[in-house]
Amino acid sequence: MAERGLVASESLAGCRPRAARTVLGQVVLPGEELLLPEQEETDGPGVAGERPLRLNAGVRSRLRVVCGPGLRRCGDRLLVTKCGRLRHKEPGCGSSGGIYWVDSQQKRYVPVKGDHVIGIVTAKSGDIFKVDVGGSEPASLSYLAFEGATKRNRPNVQVGDLIYGQFVVANKDMEPEMVCIDSCGRANGMGVIGQDGLLFKVTLGLIRKLLAPDCEIIQEVGKLYPLEIVFGMNGRIWVKAKTIQQTLILANILEACEHMTADQRKQIFARLAES
Amino acid sequence: MQRGLDSETKKQLEEEEKKIISEEHWYLDLPELKEKESFIIEEQSFLLCEDLLYGRMSFRGFNPEVEKLMLQMNAKNKAEEEEEDATVELDVSDEEMARRYETLVGTIGKKFAKKRDRANYEEDENGNMKPIKTKKMFLKPQD
Repeated sequence: MAERGLVASESLAGCRPRAARTVLGQVVLPGEELLLPEQEETDGPGVAGERPLRLNAGVRSRLRVVCGPGLRRCGDRLLVTKCGRLRHKEPGCGSSGGIYWVDSQQKRYVPVKGDHVIGIVTAKSGDIFKVDVGGSEPASLSYLAFEGATKRNRPNVQVGDLIYGQFVVANKDMEPEMVCIDSCGRANGMGVIGQDGLLFKVTLGLIRKLLAPDCEIIQEVGKLYPLEIVFGMNGRIWVKAKTIQQTLILANILEACEHMTADQRKQIFARLAES
Repeated sequence: MQRGLDSETKKQLEEEEKKIISEEHWYLDLPELKEKESFIIEEQSFLLCEDLLYGRMSFRGFNPEVEKLMLQMNAKNKAEEEEEDATVELDVSDEEMARRYETLVGTIGKKFAKKRDRANYEEDENGNMKPIKTKKMFLKPQD
């Protein structure tokens, strides 16, 4: 096994950078450089058959490409920084060239601007709350960042409450800041999450899988019994059902469904539906 | 007798002063680095990559407000993609609305008008309210 690993790493080290188009859906490792479609013509003596004829070789119409999580810009190429599968999405409209990203798995959350997360209020100091979001430092939440909050009308937030909010400032140089209103000043479901329920932690990849538009797990879970779920992009899920037993069943299902195949899942749901 | 300096010598002195000052300034002796316009934008957010649903969900009527929110937020996502341009069918046509408002202004205005002005309103009542006539002001007598 070790020999194969050595051989693989040697072959990768000596390799030319690969074209991003050809690697879609395959596993990429950190340190690999990927070429964007426009650059394949110059680097690639072996692909002569695919080289298109250009009348005006000097001018290249460049498309704006977005490199998403797991990728970095390295000159004109993309540098992979996380291991996972390379994905691509065509843009719906406009002249941009689409977005590439790496579908990786991790448990540790890094705050990103615009993400909706579940946080736990840990401290209340003056005009701001300190909220633990699972990152390297607690995020700050101003008491005016709630719907309908004014200096005299303070929101009813205590230490230990659960907050669903989004980041407005989140980079590696500054303390993250979050708010519970959107740009129009409306809450849109953000704010303090109600009483009871259970908060538990899962991997970040599972959250994205559950929030995908065509997720079967959520559809099946919704048919079991009345319940409420809140997903935070920081790997935290809060569930609530009418009885404690139902809540615990739900939490166990969501934690376990990451490692189950579709058949096993259907078996479990069938058994639950009977009981 | 000239006490001051000549304008020429003044200019020369000024130029010399400027030279001394500009020589004292520090500058980098590097070749000009032109930053190429890069066509790659870096984003760390997953929101652009994958269309994710709204994070709060409620099923079978457990929390009706959240269910309403779900419909609203998920419909917003779809609307942005499809760019729906369906014009809402009007129950009341625009012309009818305009007519109603014309009469409405009069009826509500009547409520706030003083007793004397109310007389002006009632005069022109043929089913249409006409605006108040000009008030009777003092007319200065001509000689």
